[in-house]
Amino acid sequence: MSDFDFSVIVQNWAFLAEGLRYTLQVTLTAMIGGILIGTVLALMRLSSIAPLQWFAAGYVNVFRSVPLVQVILAFYLILPLVLQMITGKQIPVGAANSAYFTFTIFEAAYYSEIMRSGIQSVPRGQVGAGYALGFTYGQAMRYVVLPQAFRNMLPVLLTQTIILFQDVSLVYAIGATDFFGAADKITQRDLRPVEMYTTVAVVYFIICFTLSRLVKWLQSHIAIIR
Amino acid sequence: MIEINNVSKWYGSFQVLTDCTTQVSKSEVVVVCGPSGSGKSTLIKCVNALEPFQQGSIVVNGIAVQDPKTDLPKLRAKVGMVFQNFELFPHMTITDNLAIAQIKVLGRSRDEAVDKGLKLLDRVGLKAQAAKFPGQLSGGQQQRVAIARALAMDPICMLFDEPTSALDPEMINEVLDVMVQLAQEGMTMMCVTHEMGFARKVANRVIFMDRGAIVEDAAKEDFFGQPRSERAQAFLAKILNH
Amino acid sequence: MNYHWDWMFFFQETDDGLKYYDWILSGLGWTTFVSLASLAVALILGSVLGVMRTTPKRWLVGLGDAYVDVFRNVPLIVQLFMWFFVVPELVPENIGLWMKQDLPYFVIAIVGLGLYTAARIAEQVKAGINSLSRGQRFAGLALGFTEWQTYRYVRLPMAYRIVLPALTSEAMNIFKNSAVTYAVGILELYFQYKQIIEKTSQVLEITIVVTLCYFVLAFVMNRILAFVEARTRVPGLIVGTKGSK
Repeated sequence: MSDFDFSVIVQNWAFLAEGLRYTLQVTLTAMIGGILIGTVLALMRLSSIAPLQWFAAGYVNVFRSVPLVQVILAFYLILPLVLQMITGKQIPVGAANSAYFTFTIFEAAYYSEIMRSGIQSVPRGQVGAGYALGFTYGQAMRYVVLPQAFRNMLPVLLTQTIILFQDVSLVYAIGATDFFGAADKITQRDLRPVEMYTTVAVVYFIICFTLSRLVKWLQSHIAIIR
Repeated sequence: MIEINNVSKWYGSFQVLTDCTTQVSKSEVVVVCGPSGSGKSTLIKCVNALEPFQQGSIVVNGIAVQDPKTDLPKLRAKVGMVFQNFELFPHMTITDNLAIAQIKVLGRSRDEAVDKGLKLLDRVGLKAQAAKFPGQLSGGQQQRVAIARALAMDPICMLFDEPTSALDPEMINEVLDVMVQLAQEGMTMMCVTHEMGFARKVANRVIFMDRGAIVEDAAKEDFFGQPRSERAQAFLAKILNH
Repeated sequence: MNYHWDWMFFFQETDDGLKYYDWILSGLGWTTFVSLASLAVALILGSVLGVMRTTPKRWLVGLGDAYVDVFRNVPLIVQLFMWFFVVPELVPENIGLWMKQDLPYFVIAIVGLGLYTAARIAEQVKAGINSLSRGQRFAGLALGFTEWQTYRYVRLPMAYRIVLPALTSEAMNIFKNSAVTYAVGILELYFQYKQIIEKTSQVLEITIVVTLCYFVLAFVMNRILAFVEARTRVPGLIVGTKGSK
């Protein structure tokens, strides 16, 4: 067994930190975009208009039955084709940029299921009370239902975000330099897999473990209002 | 003010309302009673189109509720409603509960809406609770806030859907007192309730429903004096001995 | 879009003399094998961990909790890399050498994916056991069962029935997660997908076909477990998530 030499971490910390920053950026972008699109999908799924229901159900089911690595690669390759079709020009997208798009679209399917059960957790009488005060559908959703749904589901939305944060490591499939990708690239050069991968695992563990404890704390302190 | 003409409603093949006809005039107080499952709650929810119906018509203040062209939010803003389970918005303070619809539906300024809301809150005796959340109030207090919330919209009439049946007995009177006061001020009211004391005190007419149909629709004195239908007699006997 | 559709390429010959559809079938085989084997590992280990976390023994609970915390908070791909590139360096040299040279890749991949999934299954099993009334355990003990027998005959049979819907979705997830094992050299469906794209550039056709393959795998797993659910249903007992309304 070779001696451990963690100096490789110290020498490359800037590159690793850059990777971690990219991971966080993709996570935040996909969380915000995914919750917004997911909420719209959830409202479509619960609407009384059949084509909207079908679209939302199809969207969610397709993305939930396909491996994320496959979606990452497929979007990376197909996105330029689609952009070329729309603009007529060849636009290089790049692995790093395509991931923002892929994760937003992909996570929307998961967030939409969470928002759907959140909306369903709000008693029907609340919508009735909103309508009785003269609210339109949009107002009843915006002021009455969605704030409650969001609040009830906050722990679940955050748990999904922790999963998303871990899943960003799969941009390995298209060679983007996220936190794990950075470590992997250094390993290819310096051949110190033990130190590199162990550091990555420990950092992921510390971040995700802390966040999941926070979520647990949140769950017990922000009780469901009702 | 409210005209209900030959209204029928089905859930699938199950008929919940059968040919209901009645009316409520301005400043009149009408109490609707009947056994559970008789369709009284469904009927009152048809008045502001929270429940759709398949046959007949309901006209509120000259506006046909079932007309697809009717601007329902605008109509509902003029018709106050109080629910069995209060349905305050749990994520908002009492003040915000009172103000939100005034601001978003009637377009009032926030100051004006809060001012009006607090005045009405004072009227139902809960001014001190303005900054609390609904979950921090008792059931009776929540229902009084719900009444204030409806009144803040300056409604032309009020619908009450079993406003006291989810309350503990000791809280029923505080809600009824507010309703009685409202009736005495001349508010047009349609109330689904089993509180016969309330009916005796302020109702002009009493409607008795059973199995989706209006069985009896009589002046208060006649209804309590000599109900014509056997079913109403049996119901009254049960509820008054209670 | 000047994309050249060509559905017939699946029947063209590849460098190694096989047809492209052979590659897909072979990938499908590996995906199925790795997934089912990992699921078996995960079910056994996950059940043990789940039970441990409901016992009155604090050290068992702590051990089970720690396992779940570690394996849920590190990404799957990092876990697989740990098993392949880090663990062989940390164990005694002769074992490390054996792991690197003699142990087939797929065994490490199956263990890696299985241990990862076990943490999730342990959560479900624990939740299932905890959802039973405490009276069930007391009744078992009162009849003279040992603690273990109350699990074996009373609590686990009900707990599994209760969490079957959740286990179904884990079982469907494992096919998707198995795609990550391509990164450690398993020639499963996603690996073949990637390889065919590199050789032919027929991205859209192959994406559609592979997506359908994953659909079918998930669907078949769903049907099998629905059958199990129907067969094990206890008459007069409403179990599951859809019952309440």
